Order: sequence, then structure tokens, then C-alpha cells
Amino acid sequence: MQFQITDQEIKPESLRRKILRDVSGAYVSFEGLVRNHNDGKPVNGLEYSSYIPLAEKEGMRILSEAKERYSIEAAACVHRIGSLKIGEIAVWVGVSAAHRDAAFEANRYIIDQTKARVPIWKREAYLDSPAEWVNCTEDTPR
Amino acid sequence: MKIQIEYFALLKEQRGASIETIETEAANPEILYSDLKRQYSFSLEPSALKVAVNEDFANWDHSLKDGDTVVFIPPVAGG
Repeated sequence: MQFQITDQEIKPESLRRKILRDVSGAYVSFEGLVRNHNDGKPVNGLEYSSYIPLAEKEGMRILSEAKERYSIEAAACVHRIGSLKIGEIAVWVGVSAAHRDAAFEANRYIIDQTKARVPIWKREAYLDSPAEWVNCTEDTPR
Repeated sequence: MKIQIEYFALLKEQRGASIETIETEAANPEILYSDLKRQYSFSLEPSALKVAVNEDFANWDHSLKDGDTVVFIPPVAGG
């Protein structure tokens, strides 16, 4: 199990190989991408930052929880920081399991918990208004 | 006592620094944040934040001691 914060491009193909096992009949991956809009505003690009020691610690806790809750073989998550362009991968989650149900459910659990708990922040640059830290302004829905 | 504070995201922007060591008598993170919020006009209310002491989550009434590192964690937005 591995939870990693990186400033390098995320390459799913090499990550995938690390979590496949001979007993794995199922592999589910999720890729979170930078999209070109948020809350109706056109987005030009964004920047992620993280409190890395705590992010990796909390991320490992999430992966352990997933392993306890679901019958999976292996799980990993990599989140990128730094400046990202539209279409680039911001986060990757991979899960392998004997059967697909557990792989789907565990993957969903890991991405949902990562978004809610891991100290990572997103600053969006907009085409037509000043950049903002997402979720940190009063008018942003929480 | 001396406390090291690391700032991230909006707090880093509003403080204009990512790390500093201060001399403080604040007994816990709740008092410390209230002092800093007043000093630097932080916009985030403590209810929106979490706090970490020495690289792990802590309670707001955690007793601070000399040499601790404190991080106030703005609302996260990974993914």
C-alpha cells in the first residue's frame, strides 16, 4: 500500500503494475483530472499544495481502512501538487482485488476520504476573475 | 516558549510567509490561532480549520510545549 504526494506527472501504467497480484481478478482505477470549469467559472489552470508529512500519514490511514473494510489485495493513491494544466491527472487511485465489487467500493472509499481528509489545497486560476483557494472563501459551498 | 508555525494555502497567502518561529505564552492551539488571527487578520474562522501539532492532527485544547510545530489546516480541496 502506498499513498504518495508528488510534484511529477502521474503515469497510471507504471502505478498499475505495482498493485496487480496473481490473485487479482479485478483492478479498478480512478483518475481525477483538471477540468476547465468550476461553479460555472471558466478555469485556466490550477495549483495544488500540501502539508506532505501529514498528508501521507493520513493517506496511509485511509488505505489501511479500505483494506480492513473491503476484501482487496492492494491499494495505492498518488496525488500531484504544483501547477497543473487542463486535462492533466491530479489524483490517481488504484485497487486490486479478487472480485470486482470490493475493488469498486474500496476505490470509491479511498477517493472520497482523500478529498475530505487529506491536507491538500487547490488554488484555481480563472479566465475572468482573481484566483481563489477552493473551499476557503465564504461564498464557496462546503 | 518557542513555537514553530507552518502556513499553507490561504493562511500562507494572508501571512505572507510559509514558516516562522514565535515566542508565545499561548497554552493551546485555540489561543494561539486567536492571537494570530487578530495579528494578521486571517479571514478563516477556527471552526473552518483543523489543527496539527508535530505532524499529526491534534485537539484545539492540546497543551503546547516549547519546540512544538503547529499547523492550522484550512478547508482541504484535494482530488
